[in-house]
Amino acid sequence: MEHWSLAKKGTLINVLFSLSAVFILIAGAIVGVDLIKFNFLFGVIIPYTAITIFILGIILQVIKWAKSPVPFHIPTVAGQQKSLPWIKSSKLESPSSTLGVIGRMLLEILFFRSLFRNTKSELKNGPRLVYGSNKYLWLGALVFHWSILVIFLRHFRFFMQPIPSFVLALQNLDGFFQIGLPVLYISDVLITLALLYLIFRRVADLKIRYISLASDYFPLFLILSIAVTGILMRYFDRVDIVKVKELAIGIFSFHPTVPDGIGVLFYIHLFLVCTLITYFPFSKLLHMPGIFLTPTRNLANNSRMVRHINPWNRPVRVHTYEEYEDEFRDKMKASGLPVEKE
Amino acid sequence: MYDSGKIIIGLIIFAGIFTSPFWYDLSGGKEALKAPVLVLPTKADQQVCVNTLEYMRADHMVLLNDWRYEVVRLGDRTYQSPDHKEFNMSLTGTCLNCHANSAQFCDQCHSYIGETPYCWECHTEINKPENMQ
Repeated sequence: MEHWSLAKKGTLINVLFSLSAVFILIAGAIVGVDLIKFNFLFGVIIPYTAITIFILGIILQVIKWAKSPVPFHIPTVAGQQKSLPWIKSSKLESPSSTLGVIGRMLLEILFFRSLFRNTKSELKNGPRLVYGSNKYLWLGALVFHWSILVIFLRHFRFFMQPIPSFVLALQNLDGFFQIGLPVLYISDVLITLALLYLIFRRVADLKIRYISLASDYFPLFLILSIAVTGILMRYFDRVDIVKVKELAIGIFSFHPTVPDGIGVLFYIHLFLVCTLITYFPFSKLLHMPGIFLTPTRNLANNSRMVRHINPWNRPVRVHTYEEYEDEFRDKMKASGLPVEKE
Repeated sequence: MYDSGKIIIGLIIFAGIFTSPFWYDLSGGKEALKAPVLVLPTKADQQVCVNTLEYMRADHMVLLNDWRYEVVRLGDRTYQSPDHKEFNMSLTGTCLNCHANSAQFCDQCHSYIGETPYCWECHTEINKPENMQ
């Protein structure tokens, strides 16, 4: 019992730590913009710094990963390996060709194939240990990731001038139901629900709560606060988005300007986004580039056809029998041992 | 570095996607920096809007949505502005009376930020040549 109460205390600290970190960031943006008027810092300098850290950080991390050797051939598969021609093999679940690997990676990246296999184990009365399928994490993760992709791409209407047509098409599709004005985006609703579920999932189940760290809660709260400030700006406390776009275009065309009269809510939103992308290369969020460099996914299951050479292998210094005999021939002869060469 | 060919291609794709706004706006040159230019009504009796400037800038779509509801669903056409003036709730009759040319007013910001309001699916703009008969 003591064990679990400690776990509860740990959870509370992790949750409160992450939550207060987000609130401190929000307070920082409010103080910085509303009180001491550091608009240029929050509107230009921090965004440039964050973008630089994000891109360079990920490139350096990927190079670091690429320098690590893969000593063993370790694809983790869930299907019949290609072997004899009359045994049906699973081309996507256990690919033996590059094309198959690409297909398997696409299934993984676009539809989270391996998470679809997620199971749960529960101790029921009896005691009976019961295993079952658990698709909720898969569903929540899929809804979250697709929503954030759509939202990210929608934001290109602020980043690019003239706006590319695919952004407008995506925006119209997202606002398909034409609920209210400004039109409600489906992705806004879905990402909020998905994030609330993903937070709830960590807190609700004792086992998941036990293994959850502050670094698990922090990104969830951070992204939720970004979503909430975005939603507030669109539906409740609207800011002058023409000026917002002027600021964004200024950044991307290297003519930074900070137009007057953009609400503080925008600067909070921007500061939280900058925090997210700065945090990105140093956190679990690195699974975005990491999925491409995962040897259990990106290797073909062809170990019966192609020999995987361990890059650690060095020429080994061996002492062959012939050399041994050359060295000890006289002594061997003297003690009457048979030798191969006289 | 192992598989350096694949890694470098991947990193170029990554950097290309995430820096695409820079390339796009830099290649657009001065065009991209152009902010919307609004042609405002000049006549003396057209200087007062139905609400404050700040409110109209950020929230005009809410006002228009409310007007639509009040007129179409409730049949009420009278709008009281914050300074207690009465206006006729009508896009064509009130808004377009002053802001006669939507291309020089509405569309300037709307196309700049990629909004495509569905006003003109029902309403027509009387001043447009193709609508004048």
